[in-house]
Amino acid sequence: MVEVNQLSKSFSTEEGERKVLDNITFRVNTGEFVSVIGPSGCGKSTLLHIIAGIDEADGGEIKINGDANSPKLGHIGYMQQKDLLLPWRTVLDNVILGLELKGVAKLEARQKAIEHIETFGLKGFENQYPFVLSGGMRQRASFLRSVLLHQEVMLLDEPFGALDALTRHQMQEWLMNLWRTLGNTIILVTHDTDEALLLSDKIYVMSARPAKIVMSLEVDLPRPRTHATVTEPEFAKLKAKLLAQLHEK
Amino acid sequence: MIILVVLIVIWEIWVQFGDIPKWQLPAPSAIAQEIVASWSLLLHHAYITLQEIVAGFFVALIFGLLLATAVTHSKILERAILPIIVSSQTIPIIAIAPLLLIWVGYGLASKIIVVVLISFYPIAVNTIDGLKAINTDMVAMMRSLGASRWQIFTKLQIPTSLPYMFSGIKVGISISVIGAVIGEWVGASGGLGYLIKYSQPLFLTSRVFAAIFVLSIMGVALFALAGLVERLMLPWYYAEKRAKSASQ
Ligand SMILES: Nc1ncnc2c1ncn2[C@@H]1O[C@H](COP(=O)(O)OP(=O)(O)O)[C@@H](O)[C@H]1O
Ligand SMILES: [Mg+2]
Repeated sequence: MVEVNQLSKSFSTEEGERKVLDNITFRVNTGEFVSVIGPSGCGKSTLLHIIAGIDEADGGEIKINGDANSPKLGHIGYMQQKDLLLPWRTVLDNVILGLELKGVAKLEARQKAIEHIETFGLKGFENQYPFVLSGGMRQRASFLRSVLLHQEVMLLDEPFGALDALTRHQMQEWLMNLWRTLGNTIILVTHDTDEALLLSDKIYVMSARPAKIVMSLEVDLPRPRTHATVTEPEFAKLKAKLLAQLHEK
Repeated sequence: MIILVVLIVIWEIWVQFGDIPKWQLPAPSAIAQEIVASWSLLLHHAYITLQEIVAGFFVALIFGLLLATAVTHSKILERAILPIIVSSQTIPIIAIAPLLLIWVGYGLASKIIVVVLISFYPIAVNTIDGLKAINTDMVAMMRSLGASRWQIFTKLQIPTSLPYMFSGIKVGISISVIGAVIGEWVGASGGLGYLIKYSQPLFLTSRVFAAIFVLSIMGVALFALAGLVERLMLPWYYAEKRAKSASQ
């Protein structure tokens, strides 16, 4: 369970203080898939940076399973929009990076990774350098790098934003299946309403900067969902609510 | 390559038909004859120069890499060391080379020091650029995977800097040839620079050219060797470059 309590964050810039997060509070239950949606530049990435432990908040706290001091770096999965594979490592050696940093021997780490290579659609590419991979494959490799660490909480920062529409749809379905087998807690940041509605149990809407949570929406569409779900009337109703909030001035 | 051959042919014809005396400008054929005739002499001096280059280059490499690491490690060190590195390059080597003779004597050491002074600079400067070329998103990714500062240095910063470092190495190894010659010029008892210096007053101009030829062969060979090591150490870099140029 992830509890974000009254989080606030400002950056000092040349034009003075820039308030980015303003008293953000929300909660994600264990095993839940939650999306945070908001306009570009509102502070979504900043929020994930703080939850991941890469940046610090000015005020407020993050509780993981009730503990405000639980270690974050190395314990919370964090995937950015860019896949950030290391160009000098083969695909296999890229996905074992997290294990290697934890001190797992390379051979053992590779053994573990190979078991998952097929599920992640990377079979036959283990010993290639990442530049050979397609955008979708690169994202899946970067997912596997996180998944191998068995982290309970995973943060996804617009992971499919750079992909073409068709690949994005395939990746969304692939992610739904993966999440069903892993059963971990996912916080997805996006500015795509369809993506948020299709994948999530719950959606939090952030306002423009300084960002507040302005709406929370339960997505009670039955699972398993597919891309056909997008055309159902229930989906359209929720989407209308979401869009109304996002376009409110 | 073709241009080189054409130039040599023009040179040969010009000297042959222009009646230019041999002590002024020998024909390529005369230089070739000289190389064959003084082969063992050239080899003896080339060996001395090569020792100076190799020793000097490796010291410059270690020194350059240490400096680059220090400079990129802390802002304080950067402010303290970087101006010294840069200003060291404004000192004319030719002016301090004779002083080195007084300080460390006529032996190999003075030549090695000149080589180091000349070639550490491109290695240090390029490696500094390389160590600074890391992407902040990559650092965030490494940190989120639990990497320590040391792990970020060894597994991200160093590999990122390698292509830059090799650019510096290729420049450094080429100019270390010049460094060795300068070192020998101001005072030595052997080496190709020494051979050139003492053949000139004797009007052994073909021998001067023969020595220059051997020096340039050494320079090209060392450069090629550095390129080979680079290819072996950075297979990913070349694979990616090849793929990119093929797709264009
Ligand atoms: N390190 C920083 N220094 C100053 N301003 C920053 C910094 N990081 C982010 N910002 C600003 O904070 C705001 C939110 O950024 P971000 O969290 O990346 O937005 P989003 O991910 O929602 O598009 C932007 O206006 C951005 O310019
Ligand atoms: Mg962002």
